[in-house]
Amino acid sequence: MATARVPLVDYLVLEPEPHLVANECTNCGARFFDRRNACARCGSTDFKPVPVAGAGELRAFTIVHRAAPGIPVPFVSAIVKTDDGTWVRSNVVNCDPTPEAVELGMRVRLTTHPIGTDDDGTEAVAFGYEPA
Amino acid sequence: MTAQISPDSVWVLGAHMNRFARYADRDLIDLASESAMSALADGEVTVDDVDVLACGALFQASGAVGQRIQKQIGQTGVPVYNVANACATGATAIRTVIMAIKSGEAQIGLAVGAEQMGKMGLLGGGATKKEKKVFEPSGRYGAVTGVDGHLGTETMPGVFAQAGMAYAHDHDGVGFEQFARVAYKNHLHSTLNPLAQYQKEFSMDEIMESPMMSYPNTLLMCCPTGDGAAAVVLVSGERLASMPAHVRKRAVKVSASVLTSDPFTEDCQVQPDVNTLTRNAASQAYEAAGVGPEDLDLVELHDCFATAELIHYDNLRLCSPGGAGAFIDSGGPFRDGTTPVNVSGGLISKGHPIGATGVANVYEITTHLRGEAGDRQVEGATVGLAHVIGLASACGVHILEKAAA
Ligand SMILES: [Zn+2]
Repeated sequence: MATARVPLVDYLVLEPEPHLVANECTNCGARFFDRRNACARCGSTDFKPVPVAGAGELRAFTIVHRAAPGIPVPFVSAIVKTDDGTWVRSNVVNCDPTPEAVELGMRVRLTTHPIGTDDDGTEAVAFGYEPA
Repeated sequence: MTAQISPDSVWVLGAHMNRFARYADRDLIDLASESAMSALADGEVTVDDVDVLACGALFQASGAVGQRIQKQIGQTGVPVYNVANACATGATAIRTVIMAIKSGEAQIGLAVGAEQMGKMGLLGGGATKKEKKVFEPSGRYGAVTGVDGHLGTETMPGVFAQAGMAYAHDHDGVGFEQFARVAYKNHLHSTLNPLAQYQKEFSMDEIMESPMMSYPNTLLMCCPTGDGAAAVVLVSGERLASMPAHVRKRAVKVSASVLTSDPFTEDCQVQPDVNTLTRNAASQAYEAAGVGPEDLDLVELHDCFATAELIHYDNLRLCSPGGAGAFIDSGGPFRDGTTPVNVSGGLISKGHPIGATGVANVYEITTHLRGEAGDRQVEGATVGLAHVIGLASACGVHILEKAAA
């Protein structure tokens, strides 16, 4: 039987190809990954879901060596600006967690990976960015 | 540049901070009460002269700390405001008192900031639910489990590391070494400050080779947790004018008191924007005070991490635009530089008991403008700026000026 899969967050859509979906303000174009009562930029209350580009640029990162218990370290935390101008926070994956391997401004692309399974056998899937 | 006493101005009349440390034998109320009473004595007034009290103790924000201080120093029945604004909590307490005085409701007010943290360790991050048995979406992002560590970091050393690296992305001449030099400077400065939690010099190598917390922030580039309290007594110009000459001489003018929050920016939903609100606060403060960054004799700014201090050189316009790396490399923010920054040792070495921090940096500036800072005195200081920022976000900036002789 196939393993059931759920995305770690609801703005990650797994099928048919993994991608992120943002709530875009129809008035000013500001994008949010969470539910907003009104747009933080213009106050409009009308939003539409839009797909977010999978490729982008690494705009900031840190290599985390100390984290809360249960979080494997080191890992690379990243701020990515996608090619359609959307800002995303995630990890850089499939890349050595060293200052030599991670480069500010490098090209990255969205990828997904499983992070655990619950008692019903459902697998949670997270997204990250890998060097492109 | 020295200030005259106009009736509608506001002045620091008394100030105190205790040494930031870890106090096993005293509780938060002891620390706060000691600072409050000392600040009143320093201003040569008593609790009966105080018209309003504002108090900030972030981790006990719902604990009526202001009223509990009154139980120790005098229950006079005046209004108490218990305020909370992340790491800008202390500055918010000061600003609350200033607003009360400016409104005419109070002539003399007391602002107290205090915190007892002990060894709290790493702040931020990991505030996740217990690992769920069943993955079910919850919250505004529909997360099925904690995202810290999976979708970036929520730890404070990491969040501020990214803020520094974003600056490094946009500007030349900024890297690990520049961030480390900020910490080198502040540890060096703290050796002259008996009130600092740590008073030890470290070499660049020791700083760069100390345990990595969140690249580029090593342990010696992060502020410690600790206990401490600070208090200031504020007075209207009208009331100050009737006080004895020796009291007026030690009073320090509040030339600007500004509090901002973070306006919308494109990236603010994924990384706290600590820049725009600081830039806005600085601009408003310079305009209100009628001084520019080039007039400042010293600055106490919010160096919770070395990466944070470096970007605030630019945000407060202490360096040329984009030139924060060159500024630290040139020695500009050192004690003997063009604009001494954090001669107290800063949060990195003086310590950061959160509620106390925004009051302690006003104490520090006040002490220099009075010429009472001992070994660490910035000679001839007449104008200084105190800055704090709390994530979420809140930024407080106060510009202080020495009284005319
Ligand atoms: Zn909008």
